[in-house]
Amino acid sequence: MSEFNQTSLDRAKKHLLILAVIGLGLVPLLYFTGLMSIETVNMLGRYLCFAIVAVGLDLIWGYTGILSLCQALFFTVGAYGMGMYMAHQYPSADNPSIPQSLYVVFPYDVGQGKGEEILPWFWWPFKFFPLAVLLSILVPCFIAALIGLGGFFSRVRGVYFAILTQAVTVAAFLFFSNNDMFLCGTNGLSQFRTFLGFDLGDDKLKFIMYIVTALSLLGVLALCQYIVHSRFGRILIAVRDAEPALRFQGYKPHHFKMIAFAFAGGLAGLGGMLYTPQMQIITPSDMAPIKSILIVVWVAVGGRGTLTGAVIGALFVNLIYSWLTSPITIGSVQVWSPDYWPILLGLLFISVVLVIPTGIVNIKLPFLPRKKEVNS
Amino acid sequence: MSESTDAFAAIDYPMECPDVNSLWDKRFLLALQNITAVFDGFKALDLHAFAIEHNELRVIIGPNGAGKTTFCDIVSGKTTATTGQVYFDGQDITTLSEMAIALKGVGRKFQTPTVYDSLTTFENMELAMPGNQNPWRNLIHKHSKADRDKIFHQLERVRLADDAHTPAKYLSHGQRQWLAISSLILAGPKLLLVDEPAAGLTDAETVLTAELLLELRGDHTVVVIEHDMDFVRQLDARVTVFNEGTILAEGSLDTVRENEEVKEAYLGR
Repeated sequence: MSEFNQTSLDRAKKHLLILAVIGLGLVPLLYFTGLMSIETVNMLGRYLCFAIVAVGLDLIWGYTGILSLCQALFFTVGAYGMGMYMAHQYPSADNPSIPQSLYVVFPYDVGQGKGEEILPWFWWPFKFFPLAVLLSILVPCFIAALIGLGGFFSRVRGVYFAILTQAVTVAAFLFFSNNDMFLCGTNGLSQFRTFLGFDLGDDKLKFIMYIVTALSLLGVLALCQYIVHSRFGRILIAVRDAEPALRFQGYKPHHFKMIAFAFAGGLAGLGGMLYTPQMQIITPSDMAPIKSILIVVWVAVGGRGTLTGAVIGALFVNLIYSWLTSPITIGSVQVWSPDYWPILLGLLFISVVLVIPTGIVNIKLPFLPRKKEVNS
Repeated sequence: MSESTDAFAAIDYPMECPDVNSLWDKRFLLALQNITAVFDGFKALDLHAFAIEHNELRVIIGPNGAGKTTFCDIVSGKTTATTGQVYFDGQDITTLSEMAIALKGVGRKFQTPTVYDSLTTFENMELAMPGNQNPWRNLIHKHSKADRDKIFHQLERVRLADDAHTPAKYLSHGQRQWLAISSLILAGPKLLLVDEPAAGLTDAETVLTAELLLELRGDHTVVVIEHDMDFVRQLDARVTVFNEGTILAEGSLDTVRENEEVKEAYLGR
């Protein structure tokens, strides 16, 4: 390991430690001392799910240079996987073989009546929790690998690949919105009652889900840091810098890109899977094209090619989103309307690109002591 | 000077090429037959027969647009020849991808040195090490002490050891050239295609570059494309002159310089 790499690895470990102290120490402390409500913990838990997706995007965008506009698709597919498991926990009263969730917009075949519904084949595996967990990660991973196979092997690069991924997202959005696809159409999956024996309103479940999500995020972050500091990671950076040159050294860049892209897809699926029990609803609108662009904004604001920046960006943008999408009044004058939010988001994105193009993770705070340069 | 005593005398390729002589691969590492490269109706390269001997240092010169870089592109697989065959080490590599050709042992340095800007000098060299091309292996495998010593030995040779942990984007043009050449030498391919190694270098830097290439002589097959006549003189090798996609002349540098056609091609009418 080179010295340059070592400094970067040390910094990564420090960041990981700080995030662990805040996520697993400070937040539970605030919660148990009553300074933070369970709703806030739950909200943070959901934002940590977004952070997992953002870390995946940073790996493929920040390090490998692949701009993907379909991370929200992978996220939603993962979320649907867990959603289908949860829907199974609340069978319909009229026909117990069908989840109540599916009943709402069940597309009947000719001659089929109420009570005669048959569970669609792809709902079966999601009856079993371990299988649902596995599929929620592997299905997005597989879809990503397919997109990679089509895109990278035919050398679709840069903005053309971004357009390709967005087109796939739009197609998937229409697919999921269609009632005939047995995915509950635009209503999405929402009729949930219990999750792993807990009532969904239970504070304990919300807190456990927060901890599970925080641990997953730390695990994902550690794994990604390992990858980017391995030689595999350096090849990803080489793909970003000079992909054609890599081919003349005998490397197959499309293989590396496909592996990274599929891995990021799996991470997005993991984030989505953890999201459903905390949000308790998942609809096709979660994979609308704008959602994927938002993920790109989180990573850009936080700082590309740092991984930690992706986490900070996702949390930062979402926290000010949750703060600024409620009206703020001073006295009797309303000074802030939620309608202003998109304008602010746009301004935020522009100012980050102009003022701190490396993201908020790289802001140099003047009052913090800078580490002196040791040895030349 | 008689033809028989000239070590760099022109080769009669048509008599030696694969379809005529079954022993060709004993003599030649690389052979091109009836190669044409046509871009939008423009014939950039039209070589009836051309070959490079095993362990030969060959210099290709020629005016702009002579097809020198197109020749490199076709051998390394960047472009596929419109017609004809490329034989390398006894195999037809005409339609192989650049990755497959690279793995067979053709290494290339581009006209503008391509290095990975965000990676350090050392990391650039590390990626050039042969045998690391499998994706999964790279997730766990780390370089050995011997690899590290080998890299530093080469970096010291080109005075880059002090900059081993500097990202390549901070290197000067000359240093980038050396890094690109060092990567190529470290990769140790059977055939090295070196496109303009002295472009943009100072005289002192050019001397070192020539030394590097001369060190390879004898146990590596090297094709150097160059404009700089002083540099070519230092290499002291057989020179092939390309013009308008065809071979104009071949022999020692002095022989080709006296050639009337070459003078005409370079100086115009």
